[in-house]
Amino acid sequence: MSPHEMALVRFGAALAGGALPQGVTADPPEEAERRFNVYRNNVAVGLGAALVQRFAVIARLVGEAFFAAMAHEYIAKHPPQSPVLHEWGESFPAFLEHFPPLAAYPYMGDVARIEWARGQAFHAADALPIAPAQLIGADPERLQLALHLSVLVLHLATPAVSIWQRNQPGGEGEPIGQSAEIALILRDRAFQVPVRAISAPEAALIAGLKRGETLAQAVAQMDDFDPTALLLELMQAGALCERAEP
Amino acid sequence: MTHLPTKLPATAGLGFKPEHFDQIRADRRRVGFFEIHAENYLGAGGLPHAQLAALRADYALSVHGVGLSIGAARPLDRDHLARVKALCDRYAPESFSEHLAWSSHDSGYLNDLLPLPYTEETLATVCAHIDQVQDALGRQILLENPATYVLFASSTIPEADFLRRIAARTGCGLLLDVNNLFVSCTNHRRDPWQMLADFPLDAVGEIHLGGHAVEDLPSGPLLIDAHGSAVADPVWALYAETIRRAGPLPTLVEWDNDVPAWPVLAAEAERATKILQREAVHEPA
Repeated sequence: MSPHEMALVRFGAALAGGALPQGVTADPPEEAERRFNVYRNNVAVGLGAALVQRFAVIARLVGEAFFAAMAHEYIAKHPPQSPVLHEWGESFPAFLEHFPPLAAYPYMGDVARIEWARGQAFHAADALPIAPAQLIGADPERLQLALHLSVLVLHLATPAVSIWQRNQPGGEGEPIGQSAEIALILRDRAFQVPVRAISAPEAALIAGLKRGETLAQAVAQMDDFDPTALLLELMQAGALCERAEP
Repeated sequence: MTHLPTKLPATAGLGFKPEHFDQIRADRRRVGFFEIHAENYLGAGGLPHAQLAALRADYALSVHGVGLSIGAARPLDRDHLARVKALCDRYAPESFSEHLAWSSHDSGYLNDLLPLPYTEETLATVCAHIDQVQDALGRQILLENPATYVLFASSTIPEADFLRRIAARTGCGLLLDVNNLFVSCTNHRRDPWQMLADFPLDAVGEIHLGGHAVEDLPSGPLLIDAHGSAVADPVWALYAETIRRAGPLPTLVEWDNDVPAWPVLAAEAERATKILQREAVHEPA
């Protein structure tokens, strides 16, 4: 190992704790430890803040001090592998589910899944929405729609959608569901990323469209389900796009 | 007039804060350029790119990388470099800059600008990395002097010399962060005016100004490059001297934490503009 590499390996290892790295000094030398702590603090606070930004509802649910301690452990086990921090945290929901102090709160992982998916939707590639004129009068047997890449459906084991909604500004009065919920997440035309609970038939319609089925095929599998409201909602959000010719 | 290694206008600019987007649009041309952190714009689409495209249409743009880890011993992350290149290709910024620092090691990305020893060996590695970045991006970059809190016993080259030799060897320009210079000199009990006198101003293509936090140690103040407050008076004084010596330079005010309201931020830029106008009446010697 070159002296350069050795110096940085020692420096990096000491950021997590332990003694001052060999070769690091200060003027006066007896203050080197105190000064090195600036870097330790910067790394812990910087990465912790990135995690809070991504998982703000989890931070609100567990509180600042608990979140900081938990983040410390997560950072040690799953540090970001790229400098693009909005892409870091995919493993956080599963980490929460296996974090013993949260064993009594089985919905934490699902709430974090919603927050992760919202980040994916926020940054998803742009696509032009389909013009309403193309939908009106289109033949449902032939009409193939593409969903915007931001449209995500999460089948959750807990009432995490209503828990997420209750923890939004102004959501304090929202009731919390009693059973598993399905989340619909998308980015609308104003770049907002709303979340709502949808029914199983609504989720099935979206899944069918995602598989490339025609509108008629996607609807046919459902009894007594009128897709109009959902399609209107998706269209207004700009989430229905033209399917590129194969 | 010397040839600057940047196409940014020699005016005051600001770090772009998305929460100010509407006010910036309403308050057009109050600043000369905007700077963004490359890593915040490497997503595929959505609001960040919609805002950046609109901003770019009206203003000169500086893309400032914080994650290439140019000062590391290990090879650069080619995937990340390719994504930065795609961003530069998409928005054709007037300037791309990075740091004399490292931020990634074997376990991952550390999200801080960490220091390196200044030796013949690290000089060669940093120069090779800058060659690689400049080749990949197809442009000259600016390299920023760091704010540091510790020293390495193995360092043999003063920082100003280290930067001068990097610029000479690679053809890159320098980004002089006057706050970083003041923070480092204060922390290492050195004279910032002497370091400014030693700094290779002819290679500088952009200035950064920002606020720092102060802690008290037994030996005196420890300054922390926190970007969470107004620029301090001694930094303004050093900046005025820099412009007096170097002539007008693109000058960015950074305020990244506890971001104030838009008028406060715009006023900081205007303070830099006044100094640019006052100190730059004489052509540099």
